Parts: sequence; structure tokens; C-alpha cells
Amino acid sequence: MKKIITTILLVMVTLQIFAQGQGSAVANTLEGSDKIYVVVVCVAIILLGLLFLLFSIDRRLKKIEKKS
Amino acid sequence: MGAVLVVYSTIAGFLSTAPALPILHQSIRNLYFHVPMWFSMIVLFTVSVWHSIKYLSSNNPDNDLKAVQSVNTGIVFGLLGIVTGAVWARFTWGQAWSFDVKQNFAAIALLLYFAYLVLRNAIDEEQKRAKISAIYNIFAFPMMVVLLFVLPRLSDSLHPGNGGNPGFNAYDLDSHMRMVFYPACLGWILIGYWIYSILFRVSSLEKNKLN
Repeated sequence: MKKIITTILLVMVTLQIFAQGQGSAVANTLEGSDKIYVVVVCVAIILLGLLFLLFSIDRRLKKIEKKS
Repeated sequence: MGAVLVVYSTIAGFLSTAPALPILHQSIRNLYFHVPMWFSMIVLFTVSVWHSIKYLSSNNPDNDLKAVQSVNTGIVFGLLGIVTGAVWARFTWGQAWSFDVKQNFAAIALLLYFAYLVLRNAIDEEQKRAKISAIYNIFAFPMMVVLLFVLPRLSDSLHPGNGGNPGFNAYDLDSHMRMVFYPACLGWILIGYWIYSILFRVSSLEKNKLN
């Protein structure tokens, strides 16, 4: 759980970083094409978040398997 | 079932026609991803309160475990909701975090539930921990509802549905979008509930193995 929280916080920090570059290439791409890439970024974030959750569950299960 | 609905809403969310809107443009499709996150979080927190109340009346430690695990899952969904919200806001409101009332109160609501987890970790004795955190949870839930749905409506907000701004459904949630939006919400809520039940099963296994 702790690791997930730190990773998500780090993702938020990186978002802040590329939010600052007003004319950066990333921001321009996201602003273009009717902003459809904004949706792509959000879906990717959700996917990554759920994958981290899955990995953490996997790690906990491994521990249980070792004990038994 | 939930998986099917989420897959459908993701594919349809990208392919279906969306109304032409100023500023938002195609990013209105985020409605199918950002909003269901919050709905699933609220459902999971409701599950948690339900189990907290049950714990107080039955003293069954399983109910306590269920309450914690649903808060854990709910927080993950809440964080995803707030991060996707920040990304969306960056490209529609101009800033990732404009200290909008809705954003601030959503962050405070999440902090309330972080406090719940911190409180749990602070108490060593098992029964005491379960009891105190159950009571805290029952108080935190109405606070969360007030923070998310009542207070933002009282002041100006950029977020739709608050401060004189109409909700999305008032003007641009046409029948096409409803066809995707409602299955998306239901699907994500079911996925959230599924993750919560997996977490509960893992943690109850952990508990049995350790004892």
C-alpha cells in the first residue's frame, strides 16, 4: 500500500512538472487533435494505477504462499 | 459482468459520437473514465460504513477487515479520480490544480480517509483499533458526502454541477453519451467491488496464516 501511494504521488509530481512547460511538445500534442489525447492520458493513468494495485496484491499473495 | 461493461464503455467511449463542445472538444469522453472513478469510490466507502456499523453491532472482526479493505480500494479509486481530474483540468481550465472548491474538497475528503488508515496504524490493540476506527469511519462518511456534494455547490466552481454551473447532464449528456456513461459507471463500480473482495480475501488469508 505504501509503495502504491508513493508511486501515485510521484506520478502527480511529474504531472506538475510537465504542466509547467507552457509551450512544451507534450502539452502541444495534448492540446491538439481536439484534445482526444487528454482522454488517452487519463485512461493510461487509470490503467497504470490498477496495474500497480494488481502487483501489490500479487506480492502479498506470494508471501502467503511462501508461509504455507 | 463488470469487466464486460468496462470494456464496452472504453471502446464505445472512444468510438461513439460525442457532441461538439467548445473548450472541452473531444475530452468530454473523459466523462466515461473520470466520473465513474468517483462513483466507485463513493460506493466503496458506503460499503465500508455499512461494515463499520455491522462491526459495532456484532463485534465480528471480519466486518472490521471488510471496512478497511473497502476504504483501501476506495482510496485507490479516489486517487485515480483526482489525478485524472487534474489532467483534465490542466487542458480545460488551464491549470492542473486551480484551487477550485471541488478539487480542494475532494482532496480533503481523501485526506479524511488517509487519516482513517493512519488512525488504524496508530492503535496497537486489535479490538480497540477496530472499534475506534469504525466510529471514525461512520463520522468520516457524512463529512465526505458534505465535502463532495454540498459545500462545492455553495460557492463558485469551475466544476460542472457546482456553483451555478449546470451539471453535464443538463445540456450535453445526450442519449448517445448516456448509452455509454451509465454502463461505464455500473461497470467500474462492479470492478471496484471485485477488487475490494479480492483484497479482503487476501488479507483474511494473511491474518489466518499469521495467527
